[in-house]
Amino acid sequence: MSRISRRIFLLCSLLTAGFAHAQLSIEITGAGANRIPVAIADFAGDPTMARIVAATVRADLERSGLFKLVDPAGAVLDENAPVDHAAWKGRGADALAAGSVVRNPDGRMEARFRLYDTQKGVALGGAVYVTNSAQLRMAGHRIADFIYEKLTGEPGVFSTRIAYVVKSRGQYLLQIADADGQGAATALTSAEPIISPVWSPDGSKLAYVSFEKKKPVVYVHSLASGQRHIVANFKGSNSAPAWSPDGRKLAVVLSKDGNSQLYSVNVDGSGLQRLAQSSGIDTEPRYSVDGAHIYFTSDRGGSPQIYRIDASGGAAQRVTFEGSYNVSPRPSPDGRSLAFIARRDGRFQLAVMDLASRQVQVLTDSNKDESPSFAPNSRMILIATEVGGRGLLSAVSIDGRIKQRLSIAAGDVREPAWGPFLK
Amino acid sequence: MKKLLSISLLLAVLAGCSTTPLPEDSGAPVEGRTGSSTDVKSVVAGDLDASGLPRELTDPKSPLAQRSIYFDVDKYEVKGDYQALVAAHAKYLVANRGFKVLIQGNTDETGSREYNLSLGQKRADAVKRALVLLGAREDQIESVSLGEEKPRNTGRDEAAFAENRRADVLYRAPDGRGEF
Repeated sequence: MSRISRRIFLLCSLLTAGFAHAQLSIEITGAGANRIPVAIADFAGDPTMARIVAATVRADLERSGLFKLVDPAGAVLDENAPVDHAAWKGRGADALAAGSVVRNPDGRMEARFRLYDTQKGVALGGAVYVTNSAQLRMAGHRIADFIYEKLTGEPGVFSTRIAYVVKSRGQYLLQIADADGQGAATALTSAEPIISPVWSPDGSKLAYVSFEKKKPVVYVHSLASGQRHIVANFKGSNSAPAWSPDGRKLAVVLSKDGNSQLYSVNVDGSGLQRLAQSSGIDTEPRYSVDGAHIYFTSDRGGSPQIYRIDASGGAAQRVTFEGSYNVSPRPSPDGRSLAFIARRDGRFQLAVMDLASRQVQVLTDSNKDESPSFAPNSRMILIATEVGGRGLLSAVSIDGRIKQRLSIAAGDVREPAWGPFLK
Repeated sequence: MKKLLSISLLLAVLAGCSTTPLPEDSGAPVEGRTGSSTDVKSVVAGDLDASGLPRELTDPKSPLAQRSIYFDVDKYEVKGDYQALVAAHAKYLVANRGFKVLIQGNTDETGSREYNLSLGQKRADAVKRALVLLGAREDQIESVSLGEEKPRNTGRDEAAFAENRRADVLYRAPDGRGEF
């Protein structure tokens, strides 16, 4: 018990808006080559709650494409039960998780677990998560994150959230959901289009473009309070917001001087500064993670291509050269790669560039990919795509091997944005 | 009673004239049923359509009812085919300084939404520039973009896409009534 690190997190309800009926459903269309075999035993304690937590952990690990789930064959094991490592090894499991979910006297739920390496016959660690019953799945996501990190060496993203826009029956809904598409809540409903949502670095706000004033205007929206304010509403179009890594500024695109150009503005709308100058289109700015550079799309060379400038301004360097249409640059959180959308033979596909070697790899075989967004661990890229004339989201691993589809029966899903790690 | 009616009509007409000048060369049907004098150009409500705009802007038979300028893929130059259309609108704006227009730029659905928003802005700006070069005033024209967000044709084929690569001219009368 004392070996279990005790971590308590209080999950406040981050969204005050009502829950949407439309849930994203997930379909995995690919998997990694060398999946780690892992067994998640049935958890002890409150049977209903234990089933929810263990099922969430299993679904998360399975969906990542990096794990092969070994059937625990009905074994119920709490975090302190003795483990027959040889037996689990014999069933093919390299790792085993056991745990329990109990209700505390104060009514909150306590989920405990421990992870074992069956090859070495040692415990790899464990944790306790305390939560209310409505957030029980989040405890499962936290456990899955722990297991993912211990076994792959990289942080997991199961407890993060995604934002996206649903178009349904003539309405536009800006929704927030868990990374697995569950628990969707609507942050904003509008009769006019909503595009380009982006998460603040602390995950508390979204910036986006709303057409509710019959033209594009940039807003910042605090998710917990539902309060929103206008950041840029100049003459012409206001669009393409991107947070600076310190969360204090937004790069935006304004056409107030007659042409889409890059500016930076403080989050409260003050301190407008021009960042670059061209006679053509400059748009889709994104800060590099260290804040030193801004990647953007420009047609200054005759066709839309990706360029980079210092965040303080200066001369632009061209980044993409292959093909006549490369747009929507998204630097990865680890700073190593750049995701973007490339047009090849009239098809719009997700591509990724290794920034050190400048090698480009096209990751999808689709016709209409849009709006890439990196998971905070840089391993997956969420995109909007289209299958059978309907918009859906797809998560693609950085090597292109693992693909998941997230779709909503009721409407078109588009404009995904993967949120940051929860603190 | 009949006399009272024609006086009130005349007042309405005069009030209309003071705030809503119609162009000398509009060619719109102008009637003088209410006994206009020689130096008062008389109009009746029948010359305005439901949106409050002169019929010459909205009557399908009028060249000024042609409001759409179409563009090639990824392009934002106003093609030669549309010079006459743009010139007609510029002429109207020169003759009717109280009228304003909103130019809405649109794109097809292929490619980046944000890039398309900028492309639509470029298309609207190109039409605005052409109107200004032909004498319309900057402050008569606002250019905005709807990008790919408001397709006129929701089809998925090239014909639909071509219809959506477009800038539209919307009018507003001096009294604030109109299409935007």
